[in-house]
Amino acid sequence: MKKRWYDYLWVVSLLYLLLGFFNILFAWLGLLCFFIPLVISVAGGTKGYCNRYCGRGQLFGLLGGSFGLSRKKDIPRWMKSKVFRYGFLLFFLAMFFLMLWNTYLVFAGAQNLQQVVTLLWSFKLPWHWAYHGTVFSPGVAQFAFGFYSVMLTSTILGLVTMVLFKPRSWCVYCPMGTMTQLICQVKHGNRP
Amino acid sequence: MNLGKKRRRAVVDRSLCVACGCCVKVCPIQAIGIMRGIAAQVNPEKCVGCCKCARGCPASVIEMQEVEG
Repeated sequence: MKKRWYDYLWVVSLLYLLLGFFNILFAWLGLLCFFIPLVISVAGGTKGYCNRYCGRGQLFGLLGGSFGLSRKKDIPRWMKSKVFRYGFLLFFLAMFFLMLWNTYLVFAGAQNLQQVVTLLWSFKLPWHWAYHGTVFSPGVAQFAFGFYSVMLTSTILGLVTMVLFKPRSWCVYCPMGTMTQLICQVKHGNRP
Repeated sequence: MNLGKKRRRAVVDRSLCVACGCCVKVCPIQAIGIMRGIAAQVNPEKCVGCCKCARGCPASVIEMQEVEG
């Protein structure tokens, strides 16, 4: 099949993760992965982002498929259940708002900037080498550290399920995918 | 002309489909599509039962069924 320009967006996803090792402020670019899918589903009523433009999904497909880093086994039934998918979406949103709250506290001066990346919402890794100051409020950097933590954590979860199950297993429980599918269902009244 | 031959075609469990579009990417004849961002849908007239979509589906919600024709 003929490759289109958007079939190479995995390069952008990989570059995004790498840039976060050099300057954490690049993490702000990750907001595109949040807003573009939402805009496409709200305005267009489709999951066009998942279906075509998701570089992260392509990266898992490439590593698990062409590079053979996946066992290609069926994902457990509970992981594709609505309870788990919606539950994971709610948990993800809760953690996201907690991150926004911490950002607010730094903006308000009630808390100092923490130059750490938190993996799996628990493990704090020192990440000071990727912070070189900002002309804006330290809150801008705090958001970058928090957002990069979200992106790196979800990549690690995606890599683990890629190895254990099928390459793009992340797509089954991806919070953005669940959210955009819900938006489409509401928009179309769940008609086939 | 119907000679009573059986052939396979893909069937999607729409209640569990996450509409990710992995099946669309691997179908060699564009016989499957994502409808309204809700679930995948197979065109039974076009599907040749090659099984690529079922293998590529990360949620494993596509199965092959034998149909008359």
